[in-house]
Amino acid sequence: MSPAPTAIYLDHQATTPVDPRVLDAMLPWFSETFGNAHSEQHAWGRQAAEAVDVAREQVAALIGASAREIVFTSGATESNNLAIKGAVRFAMRHGRGNHIVTVATEHKCVLESCAAMADEGAEVTIVGVGPDGLVDPELVAAAMTDSTVLVSVMAVNNEIGVIQPLAELGALCRARGVLLHTDAAQATGKVALDVDAMQIDLLSISGHKMYAPKGIGALYTRRRPRARLLAEISGGGQERGNRSGTLPVPLVVALGEAAEVAGSEMSAEGTRLAGLRAAMLDNLRASHADVFVNGSVDQRVPGNLNVGFPGVDAEALMAAMESVAISTGSACTSASVEPSYVLRALGLEDPEAGASIRIGFGRFTTETEVDIAAKLIAAAVGAQRGDSSARAAE
Amino acid sequence: MDTYLDHNATTPVRPEAADAVARALTQHGNASSVHRFGRLVRHTLDEARESVASLVGASPANIVFTSGGTEANNQALRGFDGPVLVSAVEHDSVLGVRADARIVDVDADGVLSLEHLHEMLARCEEPALVSVMRANNETGVMQPIGDVVRLAHEHGALVHCDAVQAAGKIDVSFAQLGVDMMSLSAHKLGGPQGVGALIVRDGFDPEPLLRGGGQERRRRAGTENVAGIAGFGAAARIAQDNLDLFAGLNGLRDDMETLLRAAIPDIVIHGADGERLPNTSCIGLPGMTAEIQVMQLDLAGVAVSSGSACSSGKVAPSHVLRAMGHDDAAAQSAIRVSLGWSSVAQDVDHFVDAWTAMAQRRSPNVDARRSVA
Repeated sequence: MSPAPTAIYLDHQATTPVDPRVLDAMLPWFSETFGNAHSEQHAWGRQAAEAVDVAREQVAALIGASAREIVFTSGATESNNLAIKGAVRFAMRHGRGNHIVTVATEHKCVLESCAAMADEGAEVTIVGVGPDGLVDPELVAAAMTDSTVLVSVMAVNNEIGVIQPLAELGALCRARGVLLHTDAAQATGKVALDVDAMQIDLLSISGHKMYAPKGIGALYTRRRPRARLLAEISGGGQERGNRSGTLPVPLVVALGEAAEVAGSEMSAEGTRLAGLRAAMLDNLRASHADVFVNGSVDQRVPGNLNVGFPGVDAEALMAAMESVAISTGSACTSASVEPSYVLRALGLEDPEAGASIRIGFGRFTTETEVDIAAKLIAAAVGAQRGDSSARAAE
Repeated sequence: MDTYLDHNATTPVRPEAADAVARALTQHGNASSVHRFGRLVRHTLDEARESVASLVGASPANIVFTSGGTEANNQALRGFDGPVLVSAVEHDSVLGVRADARIVDVDADGVLSLEHLHEMLARCEEPALVSVMRANNETGVMQPIGDVVRLAHEHGALVHCDAVQAAGKIDVSFAQLGVDMMSLSAHKLGGPQGVGALIVRDGFDPEPLLRGGGQERRRRAGTENVAGIAGFGAAARIAQDNLDLFAGLNGLRDDMETLLRAAIPDIVIHGADGERLPNTSCIGLPGMTAEIQVMQLDLAGVAVSSGSACSSGKVAPSHVLRAMGHDDAAAQSAIRVSLGWSSVAQDVDHFVDAWTAMAQRRSPNVDARRSVA
């Protein structure tokens, strides 16, 4: 049932494999030990609660937060929903304003959460990005009004990997008393994040984008100055009332371990991935000189490459390469045939956007795999072009 | 740590479910991706969806996977546009969702009052949503869902049933009950924590709680918890195959209650006169708070609880027992003993011994406190 051993996985922005160290940390919680972490009256529950405490510290340490600022959720989609709807509903209920500023290239769940708030009476301003995919903090500042309560800007884009200027955004939001939320699903564990230095108030984390399983995430929620939320999932009052429901202990343990591993290996791994990416791009360029890179090359996570080949149909390209897993955009929308709204926000026309692919490198990607994948991609592009431009490039 | 009798809080993962989780954790695709890694993951999801549907007599298309029972209950109730009626003994994740919820009374056995429900439905100015649990988490008392559905539908109301404590323990059929929505939790039936489902009948779409991607037919956004769902599916299959064994737990439970009554005649078994889950016993020991009892049993190596796990850190009297007409003192002196698929007779023996020893020390304690006062 596994894909053929020759299949090369280069779709790490869609999801990452579970790191064996993470697996080792979590598996005992499915068999040897169990317990409801909220049953602190007995030994089983206390043992589970202690494991949760450790994981909370590990996650907090990765982003310079304190443990009690971490709210565990089912994933980044829930974190983003909770951050945006929770913060704006709280502000609106207390008459503190109703305006949200966000960016055109945000993940669908951020944009849809903002849209849901618009249905509830909030005002939403969507700021564009430059051709490099980066948002200009000046434009965000200009979009803010007296009723702005939340600015939501992703840390790293899921399709093009560009890193947004969070520290500058943090400074301008704090100066105006506006909350800054960042969807850091693609950033956590890959680039250094410090919620204090960057003055971030709410930060969404995804487990399965950082080598933990799917189904777990977290929302950092600042305590000073306090970022207040109305809970979206209520009931037992877990997670300091921010998120009810029994905590999935094995998944929480996994997220903690994943955070610890990512934190300790981030810098060396970043260098390695940047090397793999450079090799891929050099290889593609050698065969197809007209390859273009979408988004800033400098302000970008090392594991992401998003490139286009003029005149090529990216969907057909993917279909032609059964042994290399890449994508044409975010996984959530990759089944749709619409051209990427992220690439269009960069100013690409439909044909250019439709000619672009996302190549995502990860912790277990090897040089050999990149070599083989580059040849296969180049050949598939060449095949689509009748090999004319491939030859021209040589 | 030797005797675990808090299975209604969480029950050990069935080995078959743990295997399914471990297998799925090595598949690293995103189910929404079109490449082969993604397709494999989708296959895992489809299989699990069929198993969960089979357990509760629904069709796979009715299943919306969530992060658990609490999320499912929230989704069922939060977005409903109209009056919401809930029984007084519902779980906090139902009671806590809507500040405007209207409460339907239960009788002394903890069973919903159909007359009161009828009155309240008749008073609703527009179609309502009625939320009644299949079985109570603290007492195990079952509700007359068939009657609730008949009454509600006569009044054009919808019915949501929190079946978190019932599914996998007794036969639960979504189709036969005729409810419009039903909530499930994997970790109460031998699956992993962090996954559950909202079952939604054909032709009805509750407001999504989480927005974003188009997963779960646009009814619940977010990358699917594949390993959790795979474990849920495996646990559902095993639970369905073992419903008879689970039903047999009532033998252990009833023997236990007989022994406890014989040792201390003034105990109260809450809900004993109603129809109950086979595994649950809610035991009131007058004169000793549940907190103290649970603590003493913990010291003796026995895990039970003083109510639902989510609120078990709190000392408030059980809202379930209060709704059944008990005063604060009685509502504060009951513990919940819940057996599970892994329970054996020795567990019950150990509990009975520890509990009896504790209960026999009760009177002097009460007297001592009085003399100090």
